[in-house]
Amino acid sequence: MNHPEEMSCAEFQSQLPELIGSGKIDSNHPHLKDCALCQALLADLETIAEAARQLFPIEDPPPKLWEKIETALKNEEGSGPLPGNDPGTAPEIS
Amino acid sequence: MSDSTSLSPPDPASRNAGPENAGPDNAGHDKAGPGDAPPARQPMTPPSPADADILARAQAGDHHAFAQLYSLHKRRIYSLCLRMVGNVAEAEDLTQEAFLQLHRKIGTFRGDSAFSTWLHRLAINVVLMQLRKKGLSLISLDEAMEPAPEEGPGRSFGAPDPTLSGAIDRLALQRAVASLPAGYRLIFILHDIEGFEHNEIATMLDCSIGNSKSQLHKARLKLRDALRISPQQEVRP
Repeated sequence: MNHPEEMSCAEFQSQLPELIGSGKIDSNHPHLKDCALCQALLADLETIAEAARQLFPIEDPPPKLWEKIETALKNEEGSGPLPGNDPGTAPEIS
Repeated sequence: MSDSTSLSPPDPASRNAGPENAGPDNAGHDKAGPGDAPPARQPMTPPSPADADILARAQAGDHHAFAQLYSLHKRRIYSLCLRMVGNVAEAEDLTQEAFLQLHRKIGTFRGDSAFSTWLHRLAINVVLMQLRKKGLSLISLDEAMEPAPEEGPGRSFGAPDPTLSGAIDRLALQRAVASLPAGYRLIFILHDIEGFEHNEIATMLDCSIGNSKSQLHKARLKLRDALRISPQQEVRP
């Protein structure tokens, strides 16, 4: 294999999943120093990853969902009320 | 060029503040923020004694403990389902099915992995089964785990659309994520959005860590393409 500074773009890009996945890449990588194409690729991937983090806020399910689950559990078990909860209210953990 | 370490997983604690983070849902996540380098690769955090007690009681059939487990994990599981299917009603149904399956199978959890990882895996299977039932035309997770020769190492990537590095249109990115094949979408969501590490994803999806890294990379490349980055064959010889 070529030295990093002598890598072709294909060689560099073939190593990208491992380099990125293991956090072993930065702008000082020898190939990146004088390869605008791969610099741009990495910048694009970084932009996508950053944007994705803002994309989907974590959300609570509606409270009624616990009611439905509890009802389904009762049906599955064929038993009476499940102990320990107010109907339709999942306990909050502090 | 900015620091590429922001390709590392996000800090879930910063996004998932709430009761869940008091429990085993936190296990195994990076504590490093996007700007920290290199990304922390910490071992999974064992559940607190209180969480272990809740789990043990739920396994013994204590319904109150099961309800507590629901409260601890509902947001993460619901959000995963919602992100995967993009539909509130369907996400609710899938979350319900995941917790019903949890109720049926909780006795089989032996603690070989973190409970949150195990539960995520269960939920993922529920989601994938639903996608398959719908006759999903997208590739399956299994297929996503197979190397795709046309996308393998050595593929050349062209110059970027100059608009991408500035700002990505939120709706365009949402559409692009939604259009990813299910397997890619799942790994992208688990890593880039939910903040799981590759070793955790590998455990959840029964694949190698290298495979997880590779598939994530392909997912990001597909998103890049979808965001109208025109591939060119212009590479250094």
